[in-house]
Amino acid sequence: MSTRVHFQGRLINRDRPVSFKFNGTLLNGYQGDTLASALLANDQMLMGRSFKYHRPRGVVASGSEEPNAIVGLGTGNRFEPNQRATTTEIFHGLTATSQNHWPSLNYDVGIVNNLLSRFLSAGFYYKMFIHPRPFWKHIYEPFIRHSAGLGKAPGAESRDADRYEHFYAFCDVLVIGGGVAGLQSALTAARAGAKVLLLEQTAHLGGRAPVDGGTIDGMDPDAWVAKARAELHALPNAQIRTRTMGAGVYDHGYVLGYERLTDHAPEAAGPRHRLWRIRAAQIITATGAIERPLSFAGNDIPGVMLASAVRDYLVNFGVSPGDRTVVVTNNDDAYRTAIALVQAGLKVPAILDARPEGGGALMDEAKSLGIRVETGAAAVKVKGSKCVHSICRGVQAGEGEVLEEIFCDAVAMSGGWSPVVHLWSHCGGKLIWDASQATFRPDHDRAPTSHDGNPFVIASGAADGAFHLNDVLQNAANAGKTAAARVGAEKGDAAASSGEAQGEAPLVPVWMMPQGAKKQLRMKAWLDYQNDVKVSDVQLAAQEGFESVEHTKRYTTLGMATDQGKLSNINGLATLANALGADIPQVGTTTFRPPYTPISMGAIAGEARGDIFQPIRKTPMQGWHEANGAHWEPVGHWRRPYAFPKAGESVHDAVKREVLATRNSLGLLDASTLGKIIVKGPDAGRFLDMLYTNMMSTLKVGKCRYGLMCSENGFLSDDGVVARIDEDTFLCHTTTGGADRIHAHMEEWLQTEWWDWKVWTVNATEQFAQVAVVGPNARKLLEKLGGMDVSKEALAFMDWKDGELAGFPVRVYRISFSGELSYEIAVPANLGRAFWDKLIEAGQEWNITPYGTEALHIMRAEKGFIMIGDETDGTVIPQDLGLDWAISKKKDDYIGKRAQARSHMTDPKRWKLVGLETLDGSVLRDGAYALAEGTNENGQRNTQGRVTSTYRSPTLNKGIAMGLVLNGPDRMGEVIEFTAGGDDIAKAKIVNAVFFDPEGEKQNV
Amino acid sequence: MSDVALALGGASFDGLVNIEELAGQGMVTLRGDLSDTTIISAVKDVFGVTLPGTRETAFDGAQGALWMSPDEALLLCPYEEALQRADELSAKLHGSHALVVNVSDARAVFRLKGVMLREVIAKLAPVDMSPDAFTPGMVRRTRMAQVAAAFWMDDANTARIVCFRSVAAYMFGILSVSADDASAVNHFTR
Repeated sequence: MSTRVHFQGRLINRDRPVSFKFNGTLLNGYQGDTLASALLANDQMLMGRSFKYHRPRGVVASGSEEPNAIVGLGTGNRFEPNQRATTTEIFHGLTATSQNHWPSLNYDVGIVNNLLSRFLSAGFYYKMFIHPRPFWKHIYEPFIRHSAGLGKAPGAESRDADRYEHFYAFCDVLVIGGGVAGLQSALTAARAGAKVLLLEQTAHLGGRAPVDGGTIDGMDPDAWVAKARAELHALPNAQIRTRTMGAGVYDHGYVLGYERLTDHAPEAAGPRHRLWRIRAAQIITATGAIERPLSFAGNDIPGVMLASAVRDYLVNFGVSPGDRTVVVTNNDDAYRTAIALVQAGLKVPAILDARPEGGGALMDEAKSLGIRVETGAAAVKVKGSKCVHSICRGVQAGEGEVLEEIFCDAVAMSGGWSPVVHLWSHCGGKLIWDASQATFRPDHDRAPTSHDGNPFVIASGAADGAFHLNDVLQNAANAGKTAAARVGAEKGDAAASSGEAQGEAPLVPVWMMPQGAKKQLRMKAWLDYQNDVKVSDVQLAAQEGFESVEHTKRYTTLGMATDQGKLSNINGLATLANALGADIPQVGTTTFRPPYTPISMGAIAGEARGDIFQPIRKTPMQGWHEANGAHWEPVGHWRRPYAFPKAGESVHDAVKREVLATRNSLGLLDASTLGKIIVKGPDAGRFLDMLYTNMMSTLKVGKCRYGLMCSENGFLSDDGVVARIDEDTFLCHTTTGGADRIHAHMEEWLQTEWWDWKVWTVNATEQFAQVAVVGPNARKLLEKLGGMDVSKEALAFMDWKDGELAGFPVRVYRISFSGELSYEIAVPANLGRAFWDKLIEAGQEWNITPYGTEALHIMRAEKGFIMIGDETDGTVIPQDLGLDWAISKKKDDYIGKRAQARSHMTDPKRWKLVGLETLDGSVLRDGAYALAEGTNENGQRNTQGRVTSTYRSPTLNKGIAMGLVLNGPDRMGEVIEFTAGGDDIAKAKIVNAVFFDPEGEKQNV
Repeated sequence: MSDVALALGGASFDGLVNIEELAGQGMVTLRGDLSDTTIISAVKDVFGVTLPGTRETAFDGAQGALWMSPDEALLLCPYEEALQRADELSAKLHGSHALVVNVSDARAVFRLKGVMLREVIAKLAPVDMSPDAFTPGMVRRTRMAQVAAAFWMDDANTARIVCFRSVAAYMFGILSVSADDASAVNHFTR
């Protein structure tokens, strides 16, 4: 029976009760409790069930390494699965539910898996579910999906109720971990003058020291921590962030910090999490150490806990795990737990010490308190199911004969300590095996290195394998001094505080208890609690030939759960090493990858949600479009009007109306989104000749020319009209989505290949609003506005001119993407809306009709003009589209020329662009394939082409399409079949792609 | 033109800092070798300032120059004068290898006022905003969240941010969220 004791509890405030719910039951705790400590105080030892066997599980640890006590937190929009009870601070109204059980935590039918456990051994899935093949999809997978998985996913319709943000920070020395090591390192570095930032994942500084005892500079550790905090606070060059975990260390001193601002107070205003994106010149990992479990049978029964966790719950939260706790250990540190329990008035029936000689001063102290110590002893097995009933004592050297059954309700185990080397390892820091402490620790000679080849991470304190209090402080001060010196901060006194604590006798490595445990014991000795991996599973993997630790991990799923094997890693690889007859360092560790513990998706997304999920680019006329019912289409980051349906009008009807109004009278298009890149310099013509497939250097000032751009691989990448502004200056129009990409493309070539060419570019896209005035009455409208001469004589097709219209400064391009008489008019962006309004007002007499992108697309398709992204998909070359006329034969080179000469590109079998007309006037499906005879080796129907653009033409009142077809241009008039959904086919005739005004008479007036 | 049609019509927000969309700002992009003496003296003649050093600004009242890259500067002047000054500079640089473009309409400008402005910017831009790293007289051409931006400080409590006009609403949105009163980090202040 775990319960609250009436004294101790340095982190709780007994004057502030807090009520919360666990599985629907109202429980009480105190301010300062974690969910785990509060549940234990309520005798709720059973906190969840395991992943595979659904075994009852209780909390085993007290920190972020916890594998068992993971719960679903919150409800509705604030529900989050897989949260560790040990790192969850409780608050009024907290709601938690245990996971992986059905129908209830107490009675779970999945426990039947437990009975089948000898069939569910390592690699079970791989072995079992291979045959018969069809069973996988219909029987095995649904079964596994139902029974596997820990937390539930949040509801499909729920939306995160909180907001998040990022913060960019820079410092000389980043200290990760606010225990006494981190504080000492931070103090030393800050005193030397370095700019220091210290991150502590919990709400409290000091780490384990206040629980473990000893003195620092003659002070109680808590007092020293308070003093250190005060000193750091007073230094202008030091900052401390609590509740902020160092999540990952990346190249060049980049670190992600994960600050949990309101997890402990969800109703508070402000962001819930803040992701710190830190650049640090030096990083000190003062991340402490994690105690290892011991592998004995029944080590997963609720009530079996790490010795340090038992001590933490008692000292920090005033919670006892039971009246009678047996301590099982291979080291001196666990004696501290026994001593603390007895001093708290609780019983310790025995300490089972695996070492034949036992321990040192701490053992003597325990004995003096009357605690029975058995040396050379082993826990053979723990009895119990949902709670501990008793522990069976045997000898460590034996096979598991039970010498004595000791009744108890909790077991505190300790297999030694492993430095938390995760952050050291994230960016390439290597480890060495420290045989004397039976642990991996950072290899100082192989630290992570930065851009200059110099180390940028230093481990400090227990994270560096220094465990005695004084060693921790000296090690930490050295780390701080080294880091500061590396950033050139060397002032002040680098002396460390001195720590006093009892000396400890060496441990004896114990990877199996007892060492010769028989199979039925090994099958109940858990390594990875969350994923249900046992000693016998790893041994089986070794027996089956899995020698690499990485392979064994994946085969057995050891260390692959949400806790990423924080408790199981070393025990697992030691078990593997023993099974292989290899040394532990030979087997090595698996890879440590960030984040240290899971961080929220919200923190990663930062501010990007809702209206600011991503930038939506708006033209100066956007307000008019919004006010006039635009139906939107995303184009790049822009939203462009797809059509402007009137009240009661369908989008389809609006498109039709817009096309007909433009063809018959006058249309208006917001073309502001088109890219406008200015290219200037003595080599500008030469440069554009390389960028475009056609010749631009011969373009005359005042004239426009349509051009194609290809990638180095010859594929069509962008198109647009180039205008020559003066002898040295060109203006290149790009597609809407292409402006930034093409500008970057230009700069890349200029900066990396043709750096000696005299060319400058400026992306002036947003300087201008651009309006296309289109239709037979376009000229009349401009003449009505008054100003410059827009007659055919003054401004012929493919001319451009600067001037004024209705008092607006304009640049007018006579270019047409619709086949109509068309003027594209650029005005300064701030005048865009006023100019648009003026055109609308003046055009009323011609029923001026703003049109959207769909009408634009239809009109260009009627004219057989290609559209980048429709006729092209990154695999199409201009020659496929019959654009040979736009490929200069006179030029020595252009980007893509060489690629277009390769055999596959000149293959006559490449599908080529043609027009397509259905026999019955219907509309072909977009992307439909043209069918060919026979089937391919996969039994699929052979194809001979595909539709690239397809519309109902309002002008011609029938379906029109363009497509790429095998030998298409040579097959005019031939009827071929296209897919039309299901087994349906549509017949279409191959025709010229120019459906409307093939002579171009309408645009050239 | 005194009543320039701003992207957001002069939006403003009060939180950790005061945010305001500023009225038209004359801006001229200069591309050229910024160490070329012809270019330096032409800029001095037309915009009244000496081209600034790397990541620096130079101001003389309403005129100024911002370093954008080793071969690009952003020249500032009153909105109404930008086109004329661009033409003038272009003419002076005739025969030199340089490109001068009036971009006054291509941008939106926001002013942040308040002691917390460093923090608001540090939530969005990967820039060291600590007082020992970024001061008046400096400019950063960088990004803020997902869009390109440049900013500089006019004094200890005032910064100006320039972004493209099309993303003015986005910029105003991210600035306002980052300036939420309940989101102080207190990293630069205590």
